[in-house]
Amino acid sequence: MSNFLSTLFEYGKCVFGNQSSPSTKPPLIYQFLTGVADFAIFTGRYFMELIKPPYEFKELLKQSYRIGLQSLPLVGITGFIMGLVLTVQTRPTLAEFGAESWLPAMISVSIVREIGPVITALICAGKVGSSIGAELASMRVTEQIDAMEVSGANPFKYIIVTRVLATTLMLPILTVFNDIISMLGSLAGVNIHGDVSFSLFFAQAFAQLSFTDVFPSLIKTIFFGFSIGLIACYKGYNANKGTVGVGEAANSSVVLTSLMVFIIDMLAVQLTSLFIDT
Amino acid sequence: MEAITQHREKNKVASEAAIQITDLKKSFGSNTVLNGITITLNKEENLVVLGKSGSGKSVLIKCLVSLIKPDEGTLTVLGEDISTLHTDGLNKLRKRVGFLFQSGALYDSMTVTENLLFPLRESKDIDQSEREHLVKEALENVGLSEVEHKMPSELSGGMRKRLGLARTLILKPEIMLYDEPTTGLDPITSKEISELMLTIQKNYKTSSIIITHDMACAAITANRMVILKEGKVEATGTYKELSSSSDEWVHSFFS
Repeated sequence: MSNFLSTLFEYGKCVFGNQSSPSTKPPLIYQFLTGVADFAIFTGRYFMELIKPPYEFKELLKQSYRIGLQSLPLVGITGFIMGLVLTVQTRPTLAEFGAESWLPAMISVSIVREIGPVITALICAGKVGSSIGAELASMRVTEQIDAMEVSGANPFKYIIVTRVLATTLMLPILTVFNDIISMLGSLAGVNIHGDVSFSLFFAQAFAQLSFTDVFPSLIKTIFFGFSIGLIACYKGYNANKGTVGVGEAANSSVVLTSLMVFIIDMLAVQLTSLFIDT
Repeated sequence: MEAITQHREKNKVASEAAIQITDLKKSFGSNTVLNGITITLNKEENLVVLGKSGSGKSVLIKCLVSLIKPDEGTLTVLGEDISTLHTDGLNKLRKRVGFLFQSGALYDSMTVTENLLFPLRESKDIDQSEREHLVKEALENVGLSEVEHKMPSELSGGMRKRLGLARTLILKPEIMLYDEPTTGLDPITSKEISELMLTIQKNYKTSSIIITHDMACAAITANRMVILKEGKVEATGTYKELSSSSDEWVHSFFS
């Protein structure tokens, strides 16, 4: 125990005492704790830079276009297939109980509350997370971020703040789009075996939807977007040198952001059930 | 009294020198890269730094713009001690120091014009017409024209170096730090870049530290040279003095 503490103390001295790093590799617990502290500092800096002028509106619009508009086709196609498959798979079970008329309501509640936000976030974790992670890591490796720093500009504000803010703002919009397309997919699924009109389907679907279904799920997507942007930017911005670092940054961005989506979802469900009687 | 006199002497030297590096030390793990470097860069002087690969030349100039934090030593750039500067002060100083990266470090998602305008993005007192004029002037000064709307990937190696140079010159720096400016270029383009560096010294009255392995470049640009060995200054002198050195190791750079 005393050996372990003395090792931690030695590494602590190196960080806080401005001494050279020791030659041996630090223990895993030390790497984990410094990683958490580093991420917390990164997050704190994000909020500080977010409120401090000047604001990079042009770059924010550019990133919103890349993250939001360019993700629409993928989110749309996935949403349509998801709605259709979910309907086709659920229909036989409901038919056994003679409850086929409940299909639109059931699908709409499950899509709006859970499946829509989570699937959209996972698509963005894959598409946007890997793209941001790899792009920033490449910029780090090719010294572009260093070049921004030495020119007296603020790369953190220009690169990080705009991307994190864009993912935070775009995720709720993409989720709403995904929900709508999923419902259209579900309508197509219902009409494979039956004949349900557009207006009847949506009347039944919206009859069971309430404010307490829509509002918490949209709030949840803001946190999904924030975590995807922040983690991917952190991984890319702090990438190790070399092309291996680029691959690792892209990979760990996707893995960590996907994991974070599920963790936030679990917390959101718990919190929602505390305040809203579902 | 003696201490005050020494302090004044030190300040006098610092104000006459563009850069004063004193007893600089930097290690990465157990690998000591810089082990007590002391160098002075005089105003309007081109100082070439030579040394084997891995001898800490790039680390030395990255310490000067605070991209790497030194372990020990004092770095005085344009009369300001780097270690005492906070973010705003450091950014102000960085605008007075140009840095040409070995790779060029061009922003590959931006056009040539956007690359050049990036260092000016926080200068609110410069209007659009003046920005256009500065871009044109910077490109002309490095011999580039009609490339404003091209992407960096569409340019040749020599053009990319020139563009990197133009991007630093747009802020009209007082000091230039060149990290292997001719690496990867053919001999003719290398000579053109070396001559361009001399022109910049003359036109912008810059003081420069040039890290290079290219002896032809050193011969053209150097007013004075420093050779590093095992993290320390091994030899100092003009190109002529060092090329005729009796020290076999020093002489091997010139043969």
